[in-house]
Amino acid sequence: MLGRTLAAGMIAATATMAAAETPVLTVYAGDYFKSEWGPGPGIEAGFEARCGCDLVYKTGELLPRILLEDERTEADVVIGLTSDVTKKARESGLFAPHGLDTSALTLPVAWQDDTFLPFNYGHTAFVYNKEKVATPPASFDDLLNAPDDLRLVIQDPRSSISGLALVLWVHAVYGDEAEAAWAKLAPKIVTVTKGWSESYGLFTDGEADMVLSYTTSPAYHIIAEEDDTKAAAIFPEGHYFMVELAAKLATTDNPELADQFMAYVLTEDFQSMIPTSNWSLPSALPQEKWPEGFRALPMPEKVLFYNEDEAAALRDEAIEAWRSALSR
Amino acid sequence: MAQRALPLSSLPRSGAGLWALLVAGLVIGPVTAVIWRAGGLGALGPADFDALWFTLWQAAVSAGLSVALAVPVARALSRQRFPGRGALIALLGAPFILPVIVAVLGLLAVFGGNGLVNQLTGALGLPRIDIYGYHGVILAHVFFNLPLATRLILQGWLAIPAERFRLAASLDAPVGRLLERPMLRRIAPGAFAVIFVICLTSFAVALTLGGGPRATTVELAIYQAFKFDFDLAKAATLALVQLALGIASALALLLLSPPDGFGAGLDRLQARWDGRSRPARLGDALWIGFAALFLLTPLAMIVLAGLPGLMVLPVETWQAALRSVSVALGATALTLVLALPLATRAGELAGLLGVAVSGLVLGTGLFLIVQPLMRPAEAALPVTLLVNALMALPFVLRILRPELDAARADFGRLAATLGITGFALWRIVLLPRLRRPLGFAAGLTAALSMGDLGVIALFADGEHATLPLQLYRLMAAYRMEAAQGAALLLLTLSLGLFWLFDKGGRANA
Repeated sequence: MLGRTLAAGMIAATATMAAAETPVLTVYAGDYFKSEWGPGPGIEAGFEARCGCDLVYKTGELLPRILLEDERTEADVVIGLTSDVTKKARESGLFAPHGLDTSALTLPVAWQDDTFLPFNYGHTAFVYNKEKVATPPASFDDLLNAPDDLRLVIQDPRSSISGLALVLWVHAVYGDEAEAAWAKLAPKIVTVTKGWSESYGLFTDGEADMVLSYTTSPAYHIIAEEDDTKAAAIFPEGHYFMVELAAKLATTDNPELADQFMAYVLTEDFQSMIPTSNWSLPSALPQEKWPEGFRALPMPEKVLFYNEDEAAALRDEAIEAWRSALSR
Repeated sequence: MAQRALPLSSLPRSGAGLWALLVAGLVIGPVTAVIWRAGGLGALGPADFDALWFTLWQAAVSAGLSVALAVPVARALSRQRFPGRGALIALLGAPFILPVIVAVLGLLAVFGGNGLVNQLTGALGLPRIDIYGYHGVILAHVFFNLPLATRLILQGWLAIPAERFRLAASLDAPVGRLLERPMLRRIAPGAFAVIFVICLTSFAVALTLGGGPRATTVELAIYQAFKFDFDLAKAATLALVQLALGIASALALLLLSPPDGFGAGLDRLQARWDGRSRPARLGDALWIGFAALFLLTPLAMIVLAGLPGLMVLPVETWQAALRSVSVALGATALTLVLALPLATRAGELAGLLGVAVSGLVLGTGLFLIVQPLMRPAEAALPVTLLVNALMALPFVLRILRPELDAARADFGRLAATLGITGFALWRIVLLPRLRRPLGFAAGLTAALSMGDLGVIALFADGEHATLPLQLYRLMAAYRMEAAQGAALLLLTLSLGLFWLFDKGGRANA
């Protein structure tokens, strides 16, 4: 007991000392965010230049960690939530409205959410190697009817956000026929991996001809590697929309700083860092300001998306269609 | 007389029960914390029972195959002497200590769609083989665990006193029936138990090589419950089922293995007359060749793929490597301190909890316990050391216990007569006899700790990434070439640590 009081006292003392110097904004972010090629370092430098504060990232688990910490969380802001967890996050009551005008958003879907603010987006897509797939499928139907020797890797919808987006995508395109669609796709699926990284590693290793990834993936190869052999197959049935979000914690002890950060997310300074560090599309930047390699990417005409309530209602059914068709 | 018998059984084991309770508490405490936070247990659905069934049978087949294949390989290694034998034994241990993702990439380079095997069958006009499916999961598990089984069984062979082989040879008695089979009956069930429990909690391998949702393990269901549904009740329930299965099977197998009956020897170098015939030598050469080819080719592929990436590794990766090495050394020290007093049957059962428990649930429970006391990030290092030690403990105990039991049986009476007890008993009698298993155990712990990932994700603050985490970051940033370089670095460091410790213990083997 004495030890606990002492420790608490010391932590409090340290916190006071730090506060007396520069205010600290604690941002929880996904693990990739902070690495030297991720968007984290640029955003940190950009924000610190305007706020006179110290931005500190804590990377790792996002929502599970905040839910476990509950009101005790140190986070002022969290960045990198995905649309599949917003419902749970909203229901926790731990997040506060951002109070920003979202009319500047340049998303392909209407977005009116007073709490979760998009900072980048993309679409699911099958990325292929042009040298191996001479005639890529021109539509989702084409893909289902492609010869079975087309080697495809996808991600598990139960452990990966892109995998979940895929089953919702199939549901959006095929509805009640989703299970039949999966049955047609099944022979082409070489394997299902836990996360995106494993799948993409198999694809670049030549283990698969096509991989479930994003419409923006080819931009990395074109810009960073000057390799234009990778392309995303664009389907007229539409592509599923994926978005990453930032939100302010209701328990923050730095509400002004947190608000300032949320506003920073929508600035051109922040937005223009997204394409070549997050390899996705900025959420509030007109297309003419995108880097050349991104402007040239083929983009889907039609974008499919279920809002959080629809997705929550459909999720189990969509995963079960996948599971039962692939378990046969 | 009664006084003389007392120190024999009690002193070397004094406090073992207490230690066992402590270690069991370190696993059961966090699981209880998760259940308490969840407010009870959750219900399981049909998909969970499918996962349970698959988990069980693949673990049984994987462990059975690993042990069955390890017996002839270990016998060959124990009775043949050839140049490079020591190096080969050390290298053969490598797959077990590899991080899963690295090993899978290596396996795919050999057995995958564009792998060596398919290139060969293609050139010969044979049909392609497809690694993905149940057989892929089992192949990978055998790849990981054959080395461990081989080493555990090899140790059993080397522990048979040289005098027994000499006697058998002079009487022209059958070595297999009199010496080898009793030894295997003692060693093999324990080896099977440990590997079975490892395969119960396997996750990433089953997913990548399983080819789809048919190969879903309990660990995946836990991950889904925790990460996607934040359903702690279900995660805890599944973790309890997993724990119960692990413990029940381990208990059955450990109770089955009879005690050592060879008696003490004079530690002469074994001479094996039974291995000198032409058929024996030919057979042994084939088995050693098979093991070397199966286990070392994927490693060679990892090395080849990683070399170009080594040049482009960012500074962060080298810092992460340094951090991983220090964590590994710390975890090794902690594990050995915990292991020595625990090397009893009760202790081994308590230790097995460490691999039988879901890493995710363990990490979450520790987080729940630590959080009211201090900032989790401040506890990251001690928690990492503790979790690594808990994970390595079952292997270390399996390695140490048979030899410690034998040392007690062979020299305990003599020590008691001479009045050597307590610390002196360890220093003069027991530790010198444990040199070989201790070196192996320390090497294994260090290498396993290098590859650790994930359990402490909740504690991490992102400042102190370890090498495996750095590898994933490189992959997530599309830096696949650098990631393969990092994989090679990880392989080299793990193997280096393993070799150093193991060499120290194997000076005379």
